[in-house]
Formats: sequence, structure tokens, C-alpha cells
Amino acid sequence: MDHDFNELRLDGVTRRFAGAGGLAFAALNELTLTIQRGEFIALLGPSGCGKSTALNCIAGLMQLSGGSIWLDSTRIDTLPPEKRGFGMVFQNYALFPHMTVARNIGFGLKMRGLSDANVAPRVAHALQLVQLTGQEHKLPGQLSGGQQQRVAIARAIVIEPPLVLMDEPLSNLDAKLRIETRAEIRRIHKELGRSTIYVTHDQDEALSLADRIVVMKDGVVQQIAAPHDVYAQPANLHVARFMGYRNVVEVAIERESGERVTVSGPDICLTGVRKQPLADGRACIAMRPEEFTLGADPGGSNTISGRVDNVEYCGRDSLIDVVTASGTRLYVRANGAPQAGDTVYVHIPVERTLVYPHE
Amino acid sequence: MTAPEAPRAAFDRVLLLVVPAAAFMLLLFIYPFLYGLALSFNPKEGGALANYAHFFTTDNLWPTIWTTLRLALPATLINVGLALPIAFKMRVKSPYQRWATTILVIPITLGTVLIAEGMLTYFGPKGWLAQFLQFFHLYEGSIRLTHNYWGVLISLVISGFPFAFLLILSYITGIDPVLARAASTLGADPRSQFRHIYLPLLAPGLAMCFCLAFVQAFSVFPSAVLLGSPAGPTRVISIAAYEAAFEQYDYSMASAIAMIMGFVQLVIVAAVLGARSLMYRGPVSAGKG
Ligand SMILES: Nc1ncnc2c1ncn2[C@@H]1O[C@H](COP(=O)(O)OP(=O)(O)O)[C@@H](O)[C@H]1O
Ligand SMILES: [Mg+2]
Repeated sequence: MDHDFNELRLDGVTRRFAGAGGLAFAALNELTLTIQRGEFIALLGPSGCGKSTALNCIAGLMQLSGGSIWLDSTRIDTLPPEKRGFGMVFQNYALFPHMTVARNIGFGLKMRGLSDANVAPRVAHALQLVQLTGQEHKLPGQLSGGQQQRVAIARAIVIEPPLVLMDEPLSNLDAKLRIETRAEIRRIHKELGRSTIYVTHDQDEALSLADRIVVMKDGVVQQIAAPHDVYAQPANLHVARFMGYRNVVEVAIERESGERVTVSGPDICLTGVRKQPLADGRACIAMRPEEFTLGADPGGSNTISGRVDNVEYCGRDSLIDVVTASGTRLYVRANGAPQAGDTVYVHIPVERTLVYPHE
Repeated sequence: MTAPEAPRAAFDRVLLLVVPAAAFMLLLFIYPFLYGLALSFNPKEGGALANYAHFFTTDNLWPTIWTTLRLALPATLINVGLALPIAFKMRVKSPYQRWATTILVIPITLGTVLIAEGMLTYFGPKGWLAQFLQFFHLYEGSIRLTHNYWGVLISLVISGFPFAFLLILSYITGIDPVLARAASTLGADPRSQFRHIYLPLLAPGLAMCFCLAFVQAFSVFPSAVLLGSPAGPTRVISIAAYEAAFEQYDYSMASAIAMIMGFVQLVIVAAVLGARSLMYRGPVSAGKG
């Protein structure tokens, strides 16, 4: 136990469940990933895509249907959770309701056979780390949601695990607390210098916390990349949609030269960058609302004209619905406040127009 | 200047719904109890406490308390002690759990007299068990499991176990399994999970279960007569009350014995529930408060 490691290797980790009609389906399919010491990895995907399954398999709370897990050169997927020694933070905290905050946090140390005299200072240090000093004698039921979450984090990290697993730890908190606790998680991770795997369905959380993001869909990994790459260069249309490329338009391919592809629709003619091999003359382009610029005259290339259908004021900028003559709806986030009914011209840079195979 | 009058709490008419239940209790429980209590202080002869004095000085009366406790306490301990590990093993939903629960619960529907009948043919000196053991030369001596202490104890276990099992199973399944999973990630093996998570959270429920099972066992009557030796080692307190009432027609004495019986039960239950008040009794789920 407590083995420090240089890398954790997931090799084709698969977990199947009996689905409808007795047919087995893979909730997690061939997850292969190597995590370095000190890395912060986010598993990102919509609800039901197999993130918790992946985490439970790593923690040992669920058996694998296939594949293997290695800590350096030791195979660990056959060990029970208590032998793996990873810290885990559960979505609903899972604090022991009959133990005080201090005993909750000290539980893992006690299980490791430490005497009370040795447990106390480490609990005190963990309480300090999550800024809960003074609450040690309360029961979990007497704490707020945010405090409970911090107890859960303290309980997982006090045993100084080589790897901390977190399953949507912020999803039960309100927006303000979520952002504060997020910063705290990052700070604690840095302070400990160990690895963290963090499950979330919130791309902002993943982008702000992780060193690398694993985007999943239906149990299958879609992309493993640094936050900036996932954000700016989604590997496929699914990742693009998930990362906020709200404008996806099906178009015909006119011309391909190198990376650059020129595409056209009924009243759209754009040049973009190819992200995946294309075939059979059709493609989908993906564009983020905030990467458009709004103009009143048809200046230059890569411009689409349309009529403003709806304007939603958002403070810093506005969310503007633009509908082209053929009825294609574009979501544009821009400064300026056109009126509904105005004719506008929206421009998007070539390198921010991503071209994917059509679905 | 006068302080503003606090608004009087409006009468909640929903409270009227408890009236039938309260009347029922009054009629069927409190009235007979008070009647019996008064009757017990009104003996056929002698002062108000004559019945009680008689009970505690007569050699075939006061020892019935011990005789009954000697049956009821072990039976309760066995039932709760056996039900706990079995219910714990069956806490996870499975088709197997449904079957086992059904089988274990059948004795509840049988009733003590039917159980006694069955036990007489099964455990008797010429019963199936004896024949089986002798046929396979496993045990040659005579088998005496009826018409003595053991017969009554076994019957108390058979009739009391399902009750304890069902009660404990419902307590266990009420405990969020994520707590044990959390404990396991913190290094607790299954034994420690039971000891540090399940047991403390179950303790108040176990105390409750113990009380209910004990009260049930303490008022043992049919099996003590049918399977025990009602003149000797299984002369329980309810037999003494029965004799006073229906053989000597001394209802006053019978009431006194019933009061003593109730008092002994009350002492044990109060002791167990007193210990329970020292335990954690909050919610047993994880989640936020
Ligand atoms: N114990 C289980 N039995 C059957 N199916 C399960 C079980 N756990 C999860 N699943 C299924 O596996 C899929 C992935 O679930 P999960 O990993 O919890 O998703 P996520 O955490 O990404 O929301 C879902 O379709 C879910 O219904
Ligand atoms: Mg989940």
C-alpha cells in the first residue's frame, strides 16, 4: 500500500454490463491511458458516458471485464480497493454520518494502524489544508454542502495517496462555491504533488483544472489532449459539439488543398481547416459563437449574410441569432446590439472554421 | 404599553385523525392494564400486597422469572446474533436473496402450535432426526430434544428468527452501500467495514430488534406447554399466570403475576433502550444534510 509511482497505465480497460434484453453493452470500452506522477487528468463527457465506471474500475470498486491496470510494473486490477490505497472523493461525499469530522478524516490513517497520537497532527494538517479548522468535533449532518465536500477531500488526501480519484465532486454545490472549491482543488493538487483523476461533465471545470483532458462518449475515448487543444482543435464533431461549437452546418465540399477545404451551402461559401479525413463530397463545419465578428457590410471573404432573428443581452456581449436566406440558423456571440430584423454580415477566420466528415 | 400577544397556535384539525387510534389504545390496552393493576392489589385474602408477597415467597412461583429469562434471553440473543450475519450477507439484491428471504420467513406464517407439532415428529425420540442419525450411525444415544428446555429454546428460535431477520435486513438495506465503498478506498477490509461502518449504524436498530424479540420470547406459552416440561424446567411465568387464573380461579393472583411479568420485561427493555440512547441515531445515508 501507499506505493508511490511514476506512472499509472490503463491498458484496454473495459467494463460490460447486462443491458436491455440480456445483451451485454460496454459502459467502458478499451480505455488506454498512461498517467504520469503529478498529472491532473480530467475525464470529460456527458452523463452516462462511462466516467464513473472508469473511476470505479481504477479504484477497485468495480471489476474489469477486460484489460489491465498497472502501477509501474505491478499489475493492480486484481487487488481489492483497500489494497490499492487510492483516495476517492464521491459525488455525494459518502461521509460516515456517525463519526465526527476529525474521525472521518482520521479513518484512513486508523485503518493503516496509526496510533491516535500520530493521527491527530495529520488530521489537524488536513483540516488546515481544506480550511476547516475548528469544525473537527461536528458531525457531517451539521455541516453545509461545501464543508462536507471539503471534509470528503480532506479524508481522501490525508492518507497521502499516490492517486486521488474525484467523481464530480462539485456537482452538488452552488455556482459560487463551485468556483471557489475548484480553485482549492487545484491548489491542493499542486501542494501534494501527486496525481489526480477528476471526473466531470462540465467542460469549464475540465479546462480550468486539468493538465490533460480525456473526452468520452458512450464508453469510448474521443480525444486525449491538453485543455487548449481540446478547446481549439476538437478531434471530431462530437468533441466539437461538447466543447461549445454550437454552429454545425452540413455543406458540400468544393475544393481541398492541403489542410484547407472550401465548402458551400445554399447561401454559404467558406474556407476552413480539415480536422479529419473527408469523403463522398459532403462535410460538416463547426464554429464557436464567440469566434464570429459582426459587421454591417460584406467585407472580405469567409463572410455569411443573414437577418437578425433574436438578440439576447448577456452583459459583456450579446447572443445573436442570425438566420440566412435559406433558413440556416447561426448563433453569434458579439459586441454591438443589432435590432431584430437587421441584415448583418458575420465573419469567421479560416483557421476557426473546422471541417469534419458529415454524420 | 403591553407586549403584543403571541398568536395562539391554531388547532390543527389533522390531529383529530389520531382520535380513533387513541380510543382503540385506551379501550384495548390501557383500560385492561389499569383494571388488572387494580385487581392485583385486591387479593382474595390479605392486604393489598398479599399477592405479590405470595408470589415472591412461594417456591413454584418466583423461580418462574428465572426460568423464563433463561429461555427468553438466550433465544433472543441467538435470534439477533444469527439474523445479523445472515441479513448482512443478503444485503445485496439478487434473485438468491428473494428465495432465501421467502424460505426464512415461512415460519412466521405457521404459528407456534404448528411448529410444535412439526418439532414433535421431527425432533422426538422416534422422530426423523433420531432415525436419520441412527441409520447413518452418526449418533447412537437417545435424542432428547423435546419435552425439555431444548425443545422450547429451539421452537423460540424457529418462530423468532424470521422476525429478527426481516427487521435487521430492512435496517441493513437502509444503510447506503457507498459508505462501505468509501471505507474500502480508505483501507478498510470487509471486516473493518462491518465493524466501523455497519455495526455502529445498525446498533440502535439492533437494540430495538432485541427488545421486540425479547418481549415476544418472554411471553412464551404454547411451546413451553407442548414442547417443554411445564411442570419442571420450562415452567415459565405465563404458565404460572394461566394456572392461577384457570385452575385456581384466582384472577387477582393471575393479574399480579401478569404485572410482575410486565415489570420484568419493562426492566430489560428500559436497560437496552437506555444503552441505545448513548449511540448515534441520526440518518444512516451519506449525502448532504
Ligand atoms: N451497476 C450497473 N449495472 C448496469 N449498468 C450500469 C451500472 N453502472 C453503470 N451502468 C451503465 O453504464 C453506463 C455508464 O454509467 P456511468 O459510468 O455511471 O456514467 P457517467 O458517470 O459518465 O454518468 C450507463 O449507461 C449506466 O446505465
Ligand atoms: Mg457518474
